[in-house]
Amino acid sequence: MKLLTTIGFALTTAAALATNALAAAAATPAADGEVLKWRIISSSFALAVAAAAGAVSQGRSIAAALEGTARNPGAGGDLRVSMIIGLALIESLVIYTFVICLIIILG
Amino acid sequence: MEKFHPYLYFGFIPGFGEYPNVVYSWVVMAFLIVTSLLVPRALQTIPHGGQNVFETLFEAVASFMEGTLGPEGKPYFPLVFTLGVYLFLNNVMGILPGFMSPTSNVNTNIGCALTAFLATHYVGFKTSGWGYLKHFTGPIIWLAPLMVPLELISHLARPLSLTLRLFGNITGEDLVLAVLMLLCLQAFLPLPWAMQLFAIFGSFIQAFVFVLLTMIYIAGSLAGHEHDEHGHEGAHAH
Repeated sequence: MKLLTTIGFALTTAAALATNALAAAAATPAADGEVLKWRIISSSFALAVAAAAGAVSQGRSIAAALEGTARNPGAGGDLRVSMIIGLALIESLVIYTFVICLIIILG
Repeated sequence: MEKFHPYLYFGFIPGFGEYPNVVYSWVVMAFLIVTSLLVPRALQTIPHGGQNVFETLFEAVASFMEGTLGPEGKPYFPLVFTLGVYLFLNNVMGILPGFMSPTSNVNTNIGCALTAFLATHYVGFKTSGWGYLKHFTGPIIWLAPLMVPLELISHLARPLSLTLRLFGNITGEDLVLAVLMLLCLQAFLPLPWAMQLFAIFGSFIQAFVFVLLTMIYIAGSLAGHEHDEHGHEGAHAH
């Protein structure tokens, strides 16, 4: 219960800070040098985190598919197709982050 | 996104520079139309040349579709094959200097994704009529108020995810190639041919994934019908 209260307090604080930041960003002109700097830093960091998590999960799925193929080579074709679907779905999350980073930097 | 493509051959023609993605997708369309008109003109029992290429492609895609969709998916072979070849050529064209991938613009992708989306629902309505709406209400009828918004959102997210996946992959590839090219030019290194080969592979994989997901969505529209039929038969048997 205490944990829940802590999380709720943290979330409300983050929301309040975010609203303040949004209001500040709306008030200042977009082409400010300081803002551009923080846009580049934040989007690079976001893309790094997304790529790391995506790489770990894609590696896990490829390892599982290879293991299954090694145990039962007859099922290799189906496993490969399912693996590619899963890889595409994992990768799309990283790609969403990339698109959002493009929007942050260029938009 | 035009700033990523500083030199475009067709951009120098007046009137064509404004929407290069449309112009370059016309190039792909013209190539496909001309080859598909020229190749069947001289069909032979022992194929050679272009006929070999087309037959290999047809057989590969048809056997793969047979495995994914079964015999019921045969009428949708033209849609899937055209999407696959068109998207692959669009993706690969960005590697040539002076050309751009039309798929690195969102508008080309959303055209293809909306085609796949509409085709999915057309297939659903064609195979099971108004019973296709049962797909959206979930397994139990009184869960419908909960299931309908979920299903609507998940169906509407499909074209969005197809669009953004293709767009992000192709744009990312082009950006990485451009950055590596600049680095190599500055440091007097050879051109990044390994990354270019990887870009060809990635173009193929992205076209394949697009087509595969289209096939799976069509299979979902077909298979729910089969499932319902089996359910009815089971109910009658009981």
